[in-house]
Amino acid sequence: MATITIDGKQIEVEGRPTVMQVALANGIQIPQFCWHPRLSIAGNCRICLVEIEKMPKLAISCQTTVSDGMVVRTTSEKVINAREAVMEFLLINHPLDCPICDEAGECKLQDYAYQHSAGVSRFEFDKVRKPKRVELGPRVTLDTERCIMCSRCIRFCDEIVKTPQLVFTKRGDHVELTTFPGEKLDNPYSMNTIDLCPVGALTSTDFRFKSRVWEMSSTPTICQGCSRGCNVHMWVRNNQIMRLTPRLNPDVNDYWMCDHGRLNTFKSVNAGDRIHGPMIRKEGQLVEVGWDEAVASLVSNLKSFRGGEIAAIGSAYATNEDNYIFRRLMTHVGVENFGFLSHIDEGRADDFLVTADRTPNSLGANLVAGQQGRAPADAESIIGKIAAGQIKMLYVMDDDLGSVPGFEDVLPKLEILVVHASNHSLTTRNADIVLASSTYAEKNGTMVNVTGRVQRIKPAVATLYDERSLDGFSMSRWDKFGAHNDRWTRGQKFDVKESWRILVGLGNAIGLKWKYANSQEVFAEIVAKIPAFRGLSYASIGRSGAPVRTPSEKPVAAGT
Amino acid sequence: MTRPLPPIVHRKDLTFWQKLYIPEIVRGLKITITQMFRPKFTRQYPEERWVPGAAFRGRPVLVEESGVERCVACGLCSRVCPALAIEVQASESPYWKERYPVKFEINMLRCIFCGFCEEVCPEEAIIMSKEFELTFHSQEDAIFPKEKLLKSKEEMKERLDYLRANR
Repeated sequence: MATITIDGKQIEVEGRPTVMQVALANGIQIPQFCWHPRLSIAGNCRICLVEIEKMPKLAISCQTTVSDGMVVRTTSEKVINAREAVMEFLLINHPLDCPICDEAGECKLQDYAYQHSAGVSRFEFDKVRKPKRVELGPRVTLDTERCIMCSRCIRFCDEIVKTPQLVFTKRGDHVELTTFPGEKLDNPYSMNTIDLCPVGALTSTDFRFKSRVWEMSSTPTICQGCSRGCNVHMWVRNNQIMRLTPRLNPDVNDYWMCDHGRLNTFKSVNAGDRIHGPMIRKEGQLVEVGWDEAVASLVSNLKSFRGGEIAAIGSAYATNEDNYIFRRLMTHVGVENFGFLSHIDEGRADDFLVTADRTPNSLGANLVAGQQGRAPADAESIIGKIAAGQIKMLYVMDDDLGSVPGFEDVLPKLEILVVHASNHSLTTRNADIVLASSTYAEKNGTMVNVTGRVQRIKPAVATLYDERSLDGFSMSRWDKFGAHNDRWTRGQKFDVKESWRILVGLGNAIGLKWKYANSQEVFAEIVAKIPAFRGLSYASIGRSGAPVRTPSEKPVAAGT
Repeated sequence: MTRPLPPIVHRKDLTFWQKLYIPEIVRGLKITITQMFRPKFTRQYPEERWVPGAAFRGRPVLVEESGVERCVACGLCSRVCPALAIEVQASESPYWKERYPVKFEINMLRCIFCGFCEEVCPEEAIIMSKEFELTFHSQEDAIFPKEKLLKSKEEMKERLDYLRANR
């Protein structure tokens, strides 16, 4: 145990942390460019210089370990002058093109220029010119001029992903970040270097120049790329998702997320193949109809078959709330064949974040649906029963049977195919009734990740039935002050409803008298009925999630 | 709490001359007739137009330099605009100025001619013009697209010189 004094504040510390760690843990701000809590200490940016008594010169706080009786000053005149000098040096060759740079608004160098810089430069010569728009890899574009040589990205590749791909070449003010000869920055986590980059040197090729950071709202939610359930921020402008960035959760994904999750999981939400309103097959064609007509048609179909003739397929893509209500309704109707599809791709898993299960909620879906009546059946046995003529009606919620072998062959044997879907797929093209359901970006709910952690998804994109200002959405300045006739508030809203809400409507149409007003009420019932969720609530799950009560050592795979 | 009563106004009685009436009429006519022979200031507006000076803040325009807009679509004008009149969508350009506005719209029904956009612009790309006569037949007409906003640098020389001189 050592006692140190930082800015007159006496602090007791355990072990041998650095001055930086102690200061940050005690609410004392020290600027930093190259230091990152999860990376090794490089100590090359020099912005974190502090004055330590009995030391002849200023010391970098990121690498100086504390010792008993140490007296540190972070705001003395000497320190402030040193910071101003470091900023002046950094800005000698850094281009002042903030209006063009994508980092503007979330740039450390820009922020520190306001906080720690004198605001003037004595450098009156030409800046060093370096290559711009360098394609470092398939997803990352580098502006070499803007690089301040902090080496965070190099250390990330070396230490976190363990694929050394980046390196500095040349010396002095001619230092350039580049890839090793013949290498590309193409590791599956390469885009984390964009978040790590304190300036606008590393930019996302996908997001480049798409939007200013202050024009978007950000919603804390969960990535749907695999069963890891990385915590993310979803950035939305004019009801369109612009990008995803990782959100710190030390128990799940720490500061990171994979490139697949960041790029490929949200584009379907604003894609052209979205389903807009319910549809019914009339004379061989899918026709858009009203919700009442679709539900009435579904009710008459449900009544015309016996429970044993109907099979239902829940979804590991849907929330616990959706699957719970689905299973409850199907049990009421007498459906015995209830199952999930498995979307496991062993080749995709790695030893960092990505898991083999390509769905975000197979554990939760099995927990909430599997404990009512019979254990879920697998897709093959359901297909087999359709082929044998035992099952005549198939009800699929938020999943696509296109990947199931033999599905297309048994289609003629089915009399009625009902599907909840947000985007068109092989299943919807062959369906008789299509109910337009919300994507994960349009609804509230909970999901259980591969380690048995219950996490919240939150709506970031409004549907026809949502009003951003009234329904608890994150709001950008434009959302707050826009009028209905502004072009920048008229982003497309789809005529879709959450699957559980569609099912509640259906349940009420067959006389169940369900009174769920929101997903929270559904979750409260899950908590009351299913032991794994006992004691949980939306409030206790919060932003960082909470473990289910009986976390299984081995994750329950979908469809088993 | 009772409110204090308003003070009572005692109107003065008319004087003898005012009671005579005719002299007062003559005095009024004298003022009118003198005005008729004074120089006229009235402008015959639609035929006779006023050209404002360089300091005048008319509708904002985008400066075009050698065929391309100066604007780099940084979005600062859009951010500073107190009336949220400006919408900018950036994109990547093939030129050394990597960024350009693929869409730049000003809703002239929202614009309050405050000139903040001109003041904040780091590229001297959006400036106030002398144009102030704006009429529209629909709300959609009031949204000016980039093509309608672009004015050449030469055309806007007076304002640009004024801005340089008064920075």
